[in-house]
Amino acid sequence: MATRTQERRLAFLATALPPIAWVVVFFLAPLAIVWAYSFGQNVSLTEVDISGTFANYARALQPLYLGIFAKSIFVAGLTTLLCLIVGFPVALAIVFASERWRPWMLLLIMLPFWTNLLIRTYALIAVLRTEGYVNFTLEWLWNQGSWLMTLVGLQPLGDFTPLQLLYNNFAVVGGLVYVHLPFMVLPLYAALDRLDKSLIEASLDLGAGHLRTLFSIVVPLALPGIISGIIITFVPALGAYLTPDLLGGPDSQMIANVIERQFKRANDWPFGAALSFLLMYATFAAIALRAYFSRGKPAPGHGV
Amino acid sequence: MATRRAPLEYNRMWQIRAWLFAVFFFLYAPLVALIVFSFNDSKRITVWRGFTFRYYEKLFNNDSLLLAFANSLTIAFMATLISLVIGALAAVLLWRYRFTGRTAVEGTFMLPLVVPEICMGVAMLLFFTRVLPWPNYLVWPLNLGSIIIAHVSFCFPFVALVVGARLASFNKEQEEAARDLGANDWQAFRDVLLPHLRPALIAGALLAFTLSLDDFVITFFTSGPDTVTFPVKVYSMLRFSVTPEVNAASTMLILLTIVLMALMMVLQSRAQKKAGG
Amino acid sequence: MTAVDQVLAEGGKATIKPIISFRNVSKRWGSAVGVDNVSLDIEPGEFFALLGPSGCGKTTLLRMLAGLEVPTEGHVLIDGQDMGDIPPNKRAVNMVFQSYAVFPHMTVADNVAYGLKIDRVVQPERDRRVQEALDLVQLGQLAARMPDQLSGGQRQRVALARALVKKPKVLLLDEPLSALDAKLREAMRFELSQLHQKVGITFIMVTHDQDEALAIASRIAVMNKGSIAQIGTPSDLYEFPASRFVADFIGSVNMFEGTLINDKPDEATVACPELDPYPVHVPHAVLGQETSSVWVAIRPEKMSLHKEADAPPAVPECPAAHNVAKGEIKEISYLGDISIFHVLLTNGRLIRISRPNRSRWDQDSFGWGERVWVSWDGSSPVVLQS
Repeated sequence: MATRTQERRLAFLATALPPIAWVVVFFLAPLAIVWAYSFGQNVSLTEVDISGTFANYARALQPLYLGIFAKSIFVAGLTTLLCLIVGFPVALAIVFASERWRPWMLLLIMLPFWTNLLIRTYALIAVLRTEGYVNFTLEWLWNQGSWLMTLVGLQPLGDFTPLQLLYNNFAVVGGLVYVHLPFMVLPLYAALDRLDKSLIEASLDLGAGHLRTLFSIVVPLALPGIISGIIITFVPALGAYLTPDLLGGPDSQMIANVIERQFKRANDWPFGAALSFLLMYATFAAIALRAYFSRGKPAPGHGV
Repeated sequence: MATRRAPLEYNRMWQIRAWLFAVFFFLYAPLVALIVFSFNDSKRITVWRGFTFRYYEKLFNNDSLLLAFANSLTIAFMATLISLVIGALAAVLLWRYRFTGRTAVEGTFMLPLVVPEICMGVAMLLFFTRVLPWPNYLVWPLNLGSIIIAHVSFCFPFVALVVGARLASFNKEQEEAARDLGANDWQAFRDVLLPHLRPALIAGALLAFTLSLDDFVITFFTSGPDTVTFPVKVYSMLRFSVTPEVNAASTMLILLTIVLMALMMVLQSRAQKKAGG
Repeated sequence: MTAVDQVLAEGGKATIKPIISFRNVSKRWGSAVGVDNVSLDIEPGEFFALLGPSGCGKTTLLRMLAGLEVPTEGHVLIDGQDMGDIPPNKRAVNMVFQSYAVFPHMTVADNVAYGLKIDRVVQPERDRRVQEALDLVQLGQLAARMPDQLSGGQRQRVALARALVKKPKVLLLDEPLSALDAKLREAMRFELSQLHQKVGITFIMVTHDQDEALAIASRIAVMNKGSIAQIGTPSDLYEFPASRFVADFIGSVNMFEGTLINDKPDEATVACPELDPYPVHVPHAVLGQETSSVWVAIRPEKMSLHKEADAPPAVPECPAAHNVAKGEIKEISYLGDISIFHVLLTNGRLIRISRPNRSRWDQDSFGWGERVWVSWDGSSPVVLQS
């Protein structure tokens, strides 16, 4: 009959070992290998020699690749900003919706999130291409306008030139916003929901208009949630692969596309490893920044 | 009689309503169009010609696609099972025990959520080709093992989060009462804690299943020519040509996702009621 | 001096324009009625209380005044002006919320200055007024503190200062004392009263605590299920309740059902089954006809205890064997300044009698299980129709 402490020990080990072992073997170890590879170089078609060289990192910091990094950060940042602007009124509307409507509205916002990323991005192709829905509608409007002009006796408008909406940066940003919007709305909603409504009423009562109340009271108090939403949107957008791959043109490459190329086509695995790690550092930096900004602040937003 | 808008009734401002409507429209219109055009009797996907099930027939006769779908389901099923165990254990570990290095362990468990998907994909690729080469003469389903392992690695933290949230609402005294009445650790766990966790386990399982089914990037890096999954296959179809067949395949996947989501909500609310909230 | 005092001093029956007017105000949510056709005038300078059980509509009425709710029907007038479409930030009233709603991310001084900044008051003037307001509520030293460093009572003062600094015409208070503990509550009651005197504007308070209302308010409106049951001064409501609801809600009361058996121009008699065989006699006429059903309400402190005797005690200016009852003391609650006796009457009814402990040995006068006679003055009972 095992003693109490022996029993407890056994239980602890049974609980701790599987997850920890898994994480170490099937997550940390692979990442460690990537890290090791980033210091290696190709010796032959399949052999890689881990020589401790920094050449890969040096190459990664060249203007060409640095430029792509910068572009990725810019695109991810722009996406986040647009998601914030579009998503904030949506979150506001859901928070102030009646009890009856709220779960449905949350469901409606979340449903696209559950849909496959590939499918969502693909759906946009049909919308944005030169023979896509947008151009289709614009062409129809153009033709109607032309017809109206002839009615009045003026020269008809020339041929409709379809807008180039696909395979460029516009499509990539649009696609990223489309895909990541639900990521932004949920944390915003959570933060606004926790806010004490009587604070808004007090602000109105003291003479502030709605806009002023928004910026003086709501935003400062919902800030932790807003920052969460920003991080949850920025990080995946930074490492996005599918969207720039399917919707972007030759000059809309983001960092994930470059990494993929190293592994699938260029066969330069050490360089790809170095780029991967730089991406990870950028991600961690963003998260550390967020932790820095919200350190030491207790959860405000409750009518004290 | 309609009343004037009260100051906090933001939802009655026409600007907010218009915005909401516009957002929901742009969110859903492309998807709805995609589904509609899967029935288009034409090779093109933007000009409506007629209604047909032709492309669905094509789909169901496309052997490689069906195989890919079977692979996806198998992987998702196995990955979910393993993720449930690992994730639940991880959650219980953090909730119940205090030990040195706890914060480090907690951070490590959450790391897969933070690491960009492409980095994980690359890591898995390197691991399974250079360190633990997965023999490709293995018979199905073992040949899918590398993909399953990769999926577990990024799914289990979600399960751990969901189960962890549920654990927080558990009254420890229940377990102590069971022990007081003679149960040992394992029995107390099985008879008291597990039932309470059931809603979270169901939610976690469905979450892991959906994530695994939908995954593209990580699978893209770990799959080979004969271990293709559904999203990877659709991707290659996409790159090849854009016909309503792709629409049909996508529609099937959307349907599956909705069914799973609905199932999760129903099961969860039922289990919630039974487990007493 | 408030406006009301001024006019009364001038001895005139002047028409004082009410500062707040509710005219046939109703608020409905679907089929649920919150406020039902309420009309009410509040005079300038009053400390007015809206009193009632939870769900009676008092807070809704207050919020409609502040502009935070919109009436389904009717008009709200502030200083003669219909507030129809005017939003809360343009009304000359300010509110102290039940949760105080002090902005947690601003210092005390910034909280108080918030409204002034919106009114574009310049910095030096603003600082002066903020300090003035903080001194008024005795928080002068805490201007730089953050709200989470303050106690509940201090946060309430911040809310008060913040509202008063804007010099509104009316100050609204939503259950101001409910979140405070008993001792603090009594101290704050006094302070609120003092504040009202000092500042001189109209205060309107919502509360469910009738002690509070009776203690501070100059006039009270008792509300029930969306309508006003009675309006009056505290003593009006306590001594001359117009209905059973008001008699029961304010203070405690002994209520007896009975039949009007004798109704003359200057006296009336009521027979109550619970007091048989002794009827109740009042020295004035009563609304109603003979044999109609009425209720008799007698306050506990208006009843006296007498030692057991063969004959009932004599009550001055009443016929013999009227306004008396016989019973046995079942329970005594000694509260220090008073004692409350629960007496079981011969007919099975349990009543409450309160008796001040005038001398230091009063608590020994009556004991448990003792048989007693109970009596009351003819002027004490209030006869109510409903």
